[in-house]
Amino acid sequence: MSALLLTGSQTVGPFFAPALLREDARRNVLVQPETAGERIRIEGQVFDGDHVPVADALIEIWQANAHGRYNHPTDQGPAALDPSFLGFGRAGTDEDGGYWFETIKPGAVPFNATQMLAPHICVQVFARGLLNHLVTRLYFADEPTNASDPVFRCVPDERQATLLARREDRDAEIVYRFDIILQGAGETAFFNL
Amino acid sequence: MNTTIGAIIRGDREVFPPYLYEAYQSTRRRSPTLPLIEVPLTLSDLTGPGPVISAVTPEDADLTRNAGTGGEAIGQRIIMTGRVLDEHGNPVPDTLLEIWQANAAGRYLHKRDQWPGPLDPNFLGMGRCLTNAEGVYRFLTIRPGAYPWKNQPNAWRPAHIHFSLFGPSMLSRLVTQMYFPDDPLHALDPIMQSIPTEAARARLIAMYAHDVTEEEWALGYRWDIVVRGPQGTPFEASEVTR
Repeated sequence: MSALLLTGSQTVGPFFAPALLREDARRNVLVQPETAGERIRIEGQVFDGDHVPVADALIEIWQANAHGRYNHPTDQGPAALDPSFLGFGRAGTDEDGGYWFETIKPGAVPFNATQMLAPHICVQVFARGLLNHLVTRLYFADEPTNASDPVFRCVPDERQATLLARREDRDAEIVYRFDIILQGAGETAFFNL
Repeated sequence: MNTTIGAIIRGDREVFPPYLYEAYQSTRRRSPTLPLIEVPLTLSDLTGPGPVISAVTPEDADLTRNAGTGGEAIGQRIIMTGRVLDEHGNPVPDTLLEIWQANAAGRYLHKRDQWPGPLDPNFLGMGRCLTNAEGVYRFLTIRPGAYPWKNQPNAWRPAHIHFSLFGPSMLSRLVTQMYFPDDPLHALDPIMQSIPTEAARARLIAMYAHDVTEEEWALGYRWDIVVRGPQGTPFEASEVTR
């Protein structure tokens, strides 16, 4: 069967917030009290090519639960589902380009029958001026398995640091900082996905 | 990985716009300049939130009345319907569509939209629905007006409705815009013209559908949306020069 032409992408524009960030559409907090796993806060800022904060970006994340299982029918792995964890987050940026999520550190999911992926969170970025969304991944800087991750290894050495969220312990909270630089010095490594 | 700096394109170069499209000024400082990284597909990409995000009410799909004022939005009432398909033609059922649009006068209900078009107190300009088992969605709304912006002198965006949908996996995530047929502003609009081919631009234009039109009630438009399928055909590595 011949493939249909895909529908092309267009920018999310400047006026998406009333629809995509309405009270019941934004999802900064992914956890419930009964969710299993280590609580973490993800924080970062989005910057443009002049290092000006991007105040009208939309960030979406997707991740496995603490056991390393995605809440999706394609994941038929043996790890347990967590009924109190969906794994999807959506946040807007503020005037400083800042965004945040409260979630759990994901478990490792399999790459194939013999190899695991390093724990990571999928990140998609939408904004005025982005005719397509951008796709990247957050890896944890203190995770020893990053170097053998088959996706992380595709990133040129000098750009790998752009995907590493750095841990900051703040009072009783574990914070991972993940800035996203759309263009220029320190430009985040984005994927052709 | 043969993508040339200056022409960073995601996926199919026949369909997807380049990140840098100078006629659309906002792309200039927001487009990546380094090649997109080719990576193997993993479970992380072949899964996604689409199948489990489903919280909508029937009222969400009626933009003419969902402002909650008891009043009805002003404008030409239209029924927007169509199917969500994957590239093999299979319907994508139970997937969330979120839409937003300007009112009949071309004004968005947003603090950053301050041009002197009138607001409509009975129109929020946002709606959502799920596709049914056959992949069909349906909204009742009003036809949006054209919208002025400051991209270039005397710039007007053609009437459009923004669509956001998830589909079966992370690979099928799509945010796009739907346009109306026979609009002379299409050729002047850098956002629409950023789509590289005539065939792909035509994919973004709804068709008037008389079988959808309801007598003494609303005009009908049909627009199908094609997203990447659950098998996750990888994008070919781009080989683009400019």
